[in-house]
Amino acid sequence: MAQPITFLLNGAVETVSDVPPTTTLLQFLRRHKGLTGTKEGCAEGDCGACTIVLGDPEGDGALRDTLRHRAANACILFLPMMHGRSVTTVEGIGRGAGPAPNAAELHPVPRSFVDCHASQCGFCTPGFVMSAYAAWLENEPLDKRSVEDLLAGNLCRCTGYGPIVDATLALNGVRPTDGEATATDSARRLQDAADRGALAYEHGGQRWYGPTTLDELSALYEANPDATIVAGATDVGLWVTKQHRRLDTVIDIGRVRALNELTVSDDTLRIGAGVTCTDAYEAIAERWPDFGELLRRFGGRQVRNAGTIGGNIANGSPIGDSPPALIALGATLVLRKGDTRRRLPLEAFFLDYGKQDRQPGEFVEAVEIPLDTGPEELKCYKISKRFDQDISALCGCFNLRIEDGAVVRARIAYGGMAATPKRAVAVEAALLGRPWTEQTVAAALPAFAEDFTPIDDMRASAGYRLLAAQNLLRRYFHESGRPLRETRLAGREAAFA
Amino acid sequence: MTELPAREATRAAPAIEGGVRAARVHDSAVKHVSGTAIYTDDIPEPPGTLQVYLARSERAHAQVVSMDLAAVRATDGVAAVMTAGDIPGANDISPMAGDDPLFPAAVVEYFGQSLFGVAAETVEQARAAAAQAEIVYDDLPALLTIEDAMAAESLLEPPYTMAKGDAAAAIANAPHVIEGRIEIGGQEHFYLEGQAALAVPGEDEDMTVHCSSQHPSEIQHTVAKVLDVPNHSVTVEVRRMGGGFGGKESQGNLPAAAAALAARLTGRPAKCVYDRDDDMLLTGKRHDFRIDYRAGFDGAGRILGVEFDQALRCGMSWDLSGPIADRAMFHADNCYSLPNARITSYRCKTHTQSNTAFRGFGGPQGMIGMERVIDQIAAALDRDPAEVRAVNFYPHKDTADDGGKIAPYGMVVEDCIISDIWSELAGTSDYAARRAKIRDWNAASPVLKRGIAMTPVKFGISFTNTTLNQAGALVHVYNDGSIHLNHGGTEMGQGLFVKVAQVVASEFQVDLDRVKITATTTGKVPNTSATAASSGSDLNGMAAREAVGKIKRRLADFLAEQYQAKPADVRFEAGHVHIGGESLPFDEAIGKAYAARVSLSATGFYATPKIRWDKATAQGRPFFYCAYGAAVTEVAIDTLTGENRLLRVDILHDVGKSLNPAIDLGQIEGGFVQGAGWLTTEELVWDDRGRLMTHAPSTYKIPACSDRAPVMNMRLFDRGENVEDTIYRSKAVGEPPLMLGISALMALSDAVASVGGYEVYPFLDAPATPERVLFAVERVRANALVGVSGAAA
Repeated sequence: MAQPITFLLNGAVETVSDVPPTTTLLQFLRRHKGLTGTKEGCAEGDCGACTIVLGDPEGDGALRDTLRHRAANACILFLPMMHGRSVTTVEGIGRGAGPAPNAAELHPVPRSFVDCHASQCGFCTPGFVMSAYAAWLENEPLDKRSVEDLLAGNLCRCTGYGPIVDATLALNGVRPTDGEATATDSARRLQDAADRGALAYEHGGQRWYGPTTLDELSALYEANPDATIVAGATDVGLWVTKQHRRLDTVIDIGRVRALNELTVSDDTLRIGAGVTCTDAYEAIAERWPDFGELLRRFGGRQVRNAGTIGGNIANGSPIGDSPPALIALGATLVLRKGDTRRRLPLEAFFLDYGKQDRQPGEFVEAVEIPLDTGPEELKCYKISKRFDQDISALCGCFNLRIEDGAVVRARIAYGGMAATPKRAVAVEAALLGRPWTEQTVAAALPAFAEDFTPIDDMRASAGYRLLAAQNLLRRYFHESGRPLRETRLAGREAAFA
Repeated sequence: MTELPAREATRAAPAIEGGVRAARVHDSAVKHVSGTAIYTDDIPEPPGTLQVYLARSERAHAQVVSMDLAAVRATDGVAAVMTAGDIPGANDISPMAGDDPLFPAAVVEYFGQSLFGVAAETVEQARAAAAQAEIVYDDLPALLTIEDAMAAESLLEPPYTMAKGDAAAAIANAPHVIEGRIEIGGQEHFYLEGQAALAVPGEDEDMTVHCSSQHPSEIQHTVAKVLDVPNHSVTVEVRRMGGGFGGKESQGNLPAAAAALAARLTGRPAKCVYDRDDDMLLTGKRHDFRIDYRAGFDGAGRILGVEFDQALRCGMSWDLSGPIADRAMFHADNCYSLPNARITSYRCKTHTQSNTAFRGFGGPQGMIGMERVIDQIAAALDRDPAEVRAVNFYPHKDTADDGGKIAPYGMVVEDCIISDIWSELAGTSDYAARRAKIRDWNAASPVLKRGIAMTPVKFGISFTNTTLNQAGALVHVYNDGSIHLNHGGTEMGQGLFVKVAQVVASEFQVDLDRVKITATTTGKVPNTSATAASSGSDLNGMAAREAVGKIKRRLADFLAEQYQAKPADVRFEAGHVHIGGESLPFDEAIGKAYAARVSLSATGFYATPKIRWDKATAQGRPFFYCAYGAAVTEVAIDTLTGENRLLRVDILHDVGKSLNPAIDLGQIEGGFVQGAGWLTTEELVWDDRGRLMTHAPSTYKIPACSDRAPVMNMRLFDRGENVEDTIYRSKAVGEPPLMLGISALMALSDAVASVGGYEVYPFLDAPATPERVLFAVERVRANALVGVSGAAA
């Protein structure tokens, strides 16, 4: 069954059949290719020192003749995920490995970093350069605000970021001259080299499957119910790099086109399990701006480019940020096993810590969000030590409807407050049917202690969590009919922005 | 944004390219951006290189009853397993005190301590093998916190005091008194490149070690001690580090010793590279402090007497905690003249990572204690803290000494310019008007509140251990006129190499690109000190200048003889050598000198003058000079959640006459952000077993791009000039700007105080996470309701 993994590396076809499938792209680059410009800073996708640019063939019909470029963290991408894609490392935009070029020979992106004094120790620098390069390839317009988002997944400990921001902003207006031609050329070479069918790869007793259709996937998973499913590997990658687990069988759903679809009907937004956070952003943000901002704070760009909404649900984490918002919106989870589908309210999926209502061989196919919540009815509040690229201490999402001054709908869910994402049913009950007043809010606050018994951990104490959770209801009340700039330090309409 | 001083921009074109004062880019910038800069783990491995993994203790304090490593040895790919019994020399990797074993013989003293080492073909094999060990522990009582250690009187040495006058009496007689306590968290270095060492065995018992260290000489001495060979058998080379910040001053000893031991035992090259979790669990951090204080003052806020009791968590061994604790005491005065002061230091021994050097080296914590005192005095008097600061400043350098210049440790502060910086920054930042506007704004904003603070920095420059204030350099001029520069300083991103090269270019009067910057190696310059204490360019710049001077004198003597002139008539200028009326291009002059058998290689040496320190009497002049700066920071907080952010920062900082204003501004900006991060988002958390819970960037949050203030106005103090004879009258810049970040903590405190109408002092501890800010808000509100002012706790 062994097919080689075939991809473009800095424009050249790379065919690999002699490494374990859970070899990370970073390990492959550094150890097997000697491409040491890409650095390991954390091996968990949090620092961006390993940032590379992935090119995905896109375009209509059979001839997918261009590439869409996105930054990603090489440290938590498994090599078989590169099959049929293009990978560009920092060496690929310079002269390649070997002696340093002189400044005049540099590509405009790295040259801007030199001109702006944007490197000190230089260890994070290739990662920043690649994040900026991805934006440059895609002609992404940048301003002071969006550049912060572009670079949120790259940490620098020396510069304080100012010169890096300057270097990146200076690229506005310096547009790719040959980027398009190169992309087309790369796409054609990819088409010649790698077939777009299913991938089956094996090495040293470890198996990797990359099915392309839903039917193949369901059959494979039913036959291999102990397999690990990955989409973007932003979570599973860490099982290998941090927990040093051996994964015997992996099924990669990233190549299943049907799971990569996002569809809108009159009353439902359906997000396939393989849709990345980046691809889901627009559809979500235009309907529920606060959910959009929450999604923007999921992680850095590199994480959102790989990670999926489906994975954020399926891993069952109590601190995943999408479940509280989706539960507040009344979302339904679609599960599939073999040919059988079943639907359940999302909150019913989370049974206990590490335990979900999912049968062996059953996988998350999609999440369906009803469209009956208005843009300002849903408010999402993520509380963490740092605004960007941090995991929530708690995350509270509120979907209230007020009619004639009274609360007629209350769906409130929290992450970080219990062993699972959880609805605040006692708080909801204390609000429903009551007048929407400060008194009602105050009277509902004690109900939080009925709904939640949070824990102390490194992100916050139980006492803080409970108090802040209550205060988020007070924030929601304050925001009713008032400008967000009175309450927001980050995100849309933030004060002082 | 970063603006270069106007005088630099308008300066006449220099006769050479890249001499001192030029805003030259970092010498490795092109290599950084193209991925061609080589860090230790990027060096192509020699064939047969083994990978070393360090197995770690899973107890904070325990007797190791037994350690069965048979299964470890039997695992595929394992070439060597290393324990205390396998060490040919000393089982010690400590920088000073002899109390850090490479592998503990019987007792483990922190959760994460290196227990044994495994060398295997791959790091995955080594790690998997290590997991096969059967360890039996017998737990001993573990002291984890400052509270634990103080209660158990677990100190590394008896309390140590510095004093001036009679603080207790002055406080007793003062019209007003405040007192309180501040707790200040530690800080992880989070250099992006983890600790790394590659050891390559040679002939005889030689060992070459490539590593990421601020202190190659100490690595050399440690490896020699562990392997039981003379220092001459070990050569250590460091081309660059991916960040250091003090975390690679002593902490590189362990991986280097482990790699060298594996190389010795197997005869094969061996590499030890920490991954992020290993690094954070194994290495020491900035010390957390608990400072108790009392101060007596008059109605203007002038301090009459102050007492500090500083308790710091040193961890399981000394490491560098002695001089760090001393420096916290030296900086307890910050910029303020204290007629009566007592500072007592408690060096707590705990069963946690051995805390170590971190940019500022104790100074920042000592300074925060003082800034808290001032802030609380201002609150008690209902005055602007900036005014209270100003009335307490040390006398300006140009005023006659009235005794007010004497620091609590006896040094006369002769170069104080903080009042100049203060008044200029108050003007350019519009501090007073903004403060008034913020108070009006807060009154109308129910949820978000703003705060502002202006704080000064005085930082003493020199190693407080006088011996360490020495440096060497080696300069070769090759017969084509190209120059090879080597010195004992290491490059960790701070721009030392380009600055020293600029000095050499200026001294020879040649373009900078003629000077080749080379890796630090103990084989070229011996017996060096760590690149630390901000001293890199002061020490190595001077040593390089002396080496150049020797070669220039030889050239002058030779050329004078050739041209029948006097050596004094030989001038080096703009790429040429002028001899009376004659002029030769530099390389021609070098060619002639070579042909005439003139030595074109020289060493240079420098020892800082004037400094002395007597620990027994706690008196002396530990610092050659001081660097000064000030910052105004404006913040906003959310009173419902405690979330907070920086809005605007204005900085004016003194670097004397800058060697390279671009590099200096980079240090200032980066230092500020690192200091502000320490005091806001960066929180270290240990569990009740002593296990560090925040050991990766997913849980330990250094500032990200969006955490920097949207408005950052930074300037170099353009009247700056070192009163001491330093290299081109510049000043050190590595550490001092970090302490500008203290303004962020004080501004957050100001914002919190607003919820109690500025009547209740917030006592905000660090780091000011959302949780600490919210609880401070709650406390202030509760006390305001019951009418407790809290300013005199």
